[in-house]
Amino acid sequence: MVTIDDVYHTAELAKIEIKPDEAEKFREEFEKILKYFDILDEVEEDVIPTFQVIKLKNVFREDLPGECLEQDDALKNAPHHEERYFKGPKVVE
Amino acid sequence: MRIAEWRRIVEDQGCFNAVSELLEKIERSKLNAYITVCSDLALKKAEEYDKGRLKGRLAGIPVAIKDNITTKGIRTTCASRMLENYIPVFDAHVVERLKAEGAIIVGKTNMDEFAMGTTTETSYFGVVRNPFDITRVAGGSSGGSGAAVAADECVLALGSDTGGSIRCPASFCGVYGLKPTYGLVSRYGLIPYANSLEQIGPMASCIEDLALLLEVISSPDPRDSTNAQRKYTFREEKRDYRLAIISEMGGNEEVMTKFEEVVHTLSNDYEVKEIKMPSLKYALAAYYVIAMSEASSNLARYDGVRYGFFLDSLDSWRKYFSRVRALGFGTEVKRRIMLGSYALSAGYYGKYYLKALKVRTIIIEEFKRAFQKYDILLSPTMPALPFKIGELADPLTMYKMDVNTVPINLAGVPALSVPVGFIKGLPVGIQLIGDYFTENVLLNFAKYLQSKIAEE
Repeated sequence: MVTIDDVYHTAELAKIEIKPDEAEKFREEFEKILKYFDILDEVEEDVIPTFQVIKLKNVFREDLPGECLEQDDALKNAPHHEERYFKGPKVVE
Repeated sequence: MRIAEWRRIVEDQGCFNAVSELLEKIERSKLNAYITVCSDLALKKAEEYDKGRLKGRLAGIPVAIKDNITTKGIRTTCASRMLENYIPVFDAHVVERLKAEGAIIVGKTNMDEFAMGTTTETSYFGVVRNPFDITRVAGGSSGGSGAAVAADECVLALGSDTGGSIRCPASFCGVYGLKPTYGLVSRYGLIPYANSLEQIGPMASCIEDLALLLEVISSPDPRDSTNAQRKYTFREEKRDYRLAIISEMGGNEEVMTKFEEVVHTLSNDYEVKEIKMPSLKYALAAYYVIAMSEASSNLARYDGVRYGFFLDSLDSWRKYFSRVRALGFGTEVKRRIMLGSYALSAGYYGKYYLKALKVRTIIIEEFKRAFQKYDILLSPTMPALPFKIGELADPLTMYKMDVNTVPINLAGVPALSVPVGFIKGLPVGIQLIGDYFTENVLLNFAKYLQSKIAEE
């Protein structure tokens, strides 16, 4: 069962503000969807999980400087910036 | 419209006039296939072509690009309010390739928000309408690309496919659409939703054009660490393929009538066997758990600081991020991010995410066994005909429509949707599934199928 507190907790983890009427709707939907996911309980445990379908090996290269974004370009889409820096919200409350 | 047809028009009236007409057609269109149309840029390129200055294998060909593929200087929105005004400062690898071959970029196509959907109804810019019936959806998430190809609002288009997002609109709009083997096409510049599942792929109105576009976009790229560093080239080959239908992949009566008709036609030249893949019953749940989990991590980047939707007042970080994301994302995106966060949270990781990855292993093994005996596996692409707009209001009902397409992304194998005709005036597609990097097998067989259907 999914409680309304589960929904608020998940919203907090996901950093998405939700309103009470939204929360109730999400709760109902989550319950249905997660119940559907329960089919996975039938799957045997003793299987190696696949994170990546193409078998990748680590590749090394020389540590050489390459092309990268100019500072001005990097700031072009930044709504808040000061001098040549991104400006973010206060992190110490 | 095929490339050959476009070339005849260009020869007749010049590229500039042909492109002007195409742009007027888009302007008048009711389909809502485009989010951004690059009229000035397209006309400038057409002019260059007429002066003989545009060279390459796609010289002068109008191409549409799904709006989650990054285009330098051209707004790229992912059909989200979050990126409504985002103008990238670099090109995706596939866009560099198109430009290098002289393609004319017509515009950016409409899609489900961040590619999360099966109908294009989650787009912030409104639903894409089906060219065969405007009261129905064009499919999703690459609905704009599918509709634009079908309605001659471009000649070729790029889509992206995380769980069927190229094949579904290809099927619903009656065009060809390929999800390449994972790693064949560089994802550099594809705005990520679920990295381990998604690929960029070509959409076209005939197999020859599809093959050419795939040749252009598949080229080694060190900037995508999952790129297979391969290049695809179409070669004619002997078509003595071993075929099988997957018992677990079906559809409703309308779709199955058409599917069986096609199989019957095939049986004149091929023996079509049937194969069981019992673990496919776990595929849909496994797919959604993985896709949502990866989405919750990928979309954490949208914080209103470096790019995207923002608020004027920078108060505390929790409030700022949470409010930006509440206003910038649509409901389906929030739903998937939250469910992904839930699936990855303490206590549930083993139950959902890890289990889903184990299912993936089992499904890969099943496909490997199948491809020891067969070269091509067949199914209907979609289990139903194009839906009425608004028909699939319940999220889980919508998710279930991806039942035949998601197993392919879990395994990473290639699959092609081929248009095979109409039921009640609506297109039906069948899905051809191949082993890793056997795009050439799929395209050769589709070429045979294309001519077979044309005969009838």
